[in-house]
Amino acid sequence: MAKTRTIGEETILHLRIRQTFAYIFLGILTFACLFPFYILIVNSTRAHPQIQKGFSFWIGQSFVNNLRNVLSNENLPVIRGVLNSLFISSMSALFSTYFSALTAFGIHAYDFRFKKALFSFILMIMMVPVQVSTLGFIQLMNTFHLMDTYFPLIVPTIAAPAVFFFMKQYMESILPVAIVEAARIDGAHEFYTFNKIVLPIMKPAMAVQGIFAFVTAWNNFFLPALIIETKEKKTLPILISQLRSADFLRFDMGQVYILITIAIIPVAIVYLFLSKFIIQGIAMGSVKG
Amino acid sequence: MNMIKATSKKRKTSISYAKWGYLFIAPFFLTFAVFQLYPLMTTFYNSFFENYRIGLEHVGPNFVGLDNYKQVLIEGDLPKYFGNTAYIWILGFIPQIVVSLLLASWFTDLRLKLKAQGFFKTIIYMPNLIMAAAFSMLFFTLFSDNGPINDILMHLGRHEPFRFLSYAGSTRGLIALMNFLMWFGNTTILLMAAIMGIDTAMFESAQIDGANSWQIFTKITLPLIMPILVFVIITSLIGGIQMFDVPQILTDGSGGPNRSTMTLIMYLNKHLYSKNFGLAGAVSVLLFGITAVLSFGVFKVLLKDKQGGRE
Repeated sequence: MAKTRTIGEETILHLRIRQTFAYIFLGILTFACLFPFYILIVNSTRAHPQIQKGFSFWIGQSFVNNLRNVLSNENLPVIRGVLNSLFISSMSALFSTYFSALTAFGIHAYDFRFKKALFSFILMIMMVPVQVSTLGFIQLMNTFHLMDTYFPLIVPTIAAPAVFFFMKQYMESILPVAIVEAARIDGAHEFYTFNKIVLPIMKPAMAVQGIFAFVTAWNNFFLPALIIETKEKKTLPILISQLRSADFLRFDMGQVYILITIAIIPVAIVYLFLSKFIIQGIAMGSVKG
Repeated sequence: MNMIKATSKKRKTSISYAKWGYLFIAPFFLTFAVFQLYPLMTTFYNSFFENYRIGLEHVGPNFVGLDNYKQVLIEGDLPKYFGNTAYIWILGFIPQIVVSLLLASWFTDLRLKLKAQGFFKTIIYMPNLIMAAAFSMLFFTLFSDNGPINDILMHLGRHEPFRFLSYAGSTRGLIALMNFLMWFGNTTILLMAAIMGIDTAMFESAQIDGANSWQIFTKITLPLIMPILVFVIITSLIGGIQMFDVPQILTDGSGGPNRSTMTLIMYLNKHLYSKNFGLAGAVSVLLFGITAVLSFGVFKVLLKDKQGGRE
């Protein structure tokens, strides 16, 4: 991009005013984005009576105590919830990225009949929300006796059209079919080529999409709430909704804030470390202007 | 074995390897067929049957034709819930698109030279990755009658707490605010990518011709990012139709006050949960119809982009 640009018609004063206005506006938005999390962190460190007494801008000393209370609460199996969510999210991330890359590779590197039609088909179904077929899905899981298991939450992520589309875009920009042909001449098996040559090249795309798939599964509430019934199998979002349904005013607010903290803050911290990478990833997979 | 084939038919390698293509895409299509396509068909099928529970008794399935549709559309409140969903979506989307366009044009403005862009982008995108259920629960506690926001309001001079969740306007406003906070960062980044894809020579020649910022924005930027703008609008609309987690948690599934925040998916969820499969089927089919039309719009945009990219 050209760095030297004429100021043109715009005066320096005018530019300064625009800059100041932009910074003030960005400041307000930053505040709006961070303030809820600030209150969350403050209140998770204060005991119930303190929270009831009124709001304070300073953190308290009851964080460990609140944490201990929520972990020993028998109605809320929080540790189990975290482990369950971790397991489902990791498996979903693994399944959706691996099989999406495989599907994208199948369409990118090979020529076969109906290839274009199948590709168009995936694009067409990409945006149809899963909620519209949830009824049939639940009935099917009932027939297979898979209700109240993690199978319906993990295995269907093999077909993730949006992840596929991203992988396909990425392959088009980075993976020449010549590499596959070269591997073939060297005597590599097609499946070996995919696992040992293509996947390493796809690593950045796999990582970005893996993070997104993980977060999507971690945050997912609609389907798990309909599928899971046993207390010990519940995921974090279900526990949060349970907290909401509980007789709220009699509940220990310290515990409420701690549970929300557990659901939000680890993701936020991981995000802050990887933000540059993630933000590039969002733009990378989108349509070009 | 494959190697011999490859060397003998070097020119036509792609043809002899077709079976691998089929093999590699098979898991995707099998999974899709079993877990999405087949369930979608049985959902359609269910919508023509009366099939529900009253207490311990199970009624149906009995074929009732289009009765379920009549019940949700004419006798029921589906139009009302459609209205709620649309109202809340628009309330959040208008500020979302305006703010995102503004930020995207600022961030890409070479004369403005904003500092700390990475910091701002990181912060505004963060709410998008937060668990919507937890975010909503957080807002519920913050805006409850004796929560921190009311505490601050009382310190500022109010005599009694403002009961946010007792009024349709403020409850809808809170949901729209959360949707806005969760999505404006994402939209900003997509629009930025679109603007940065424009040839800078366009902006330079416009400046030489004496165009001001507003003219450049409306005459060059906006027309050139139109495809992605359409993409953002339609995908956000489809996302809006799926609105569930935030209002469900905020109102504890009631859609209160007085069902003014009951969204389409909350209504579907209610019927799924109580195993009223006939009505749930009819609602699903109607939602499928709406989203299929919208998806087709996205499909057109993507296809245009693909063709454009090859030229």
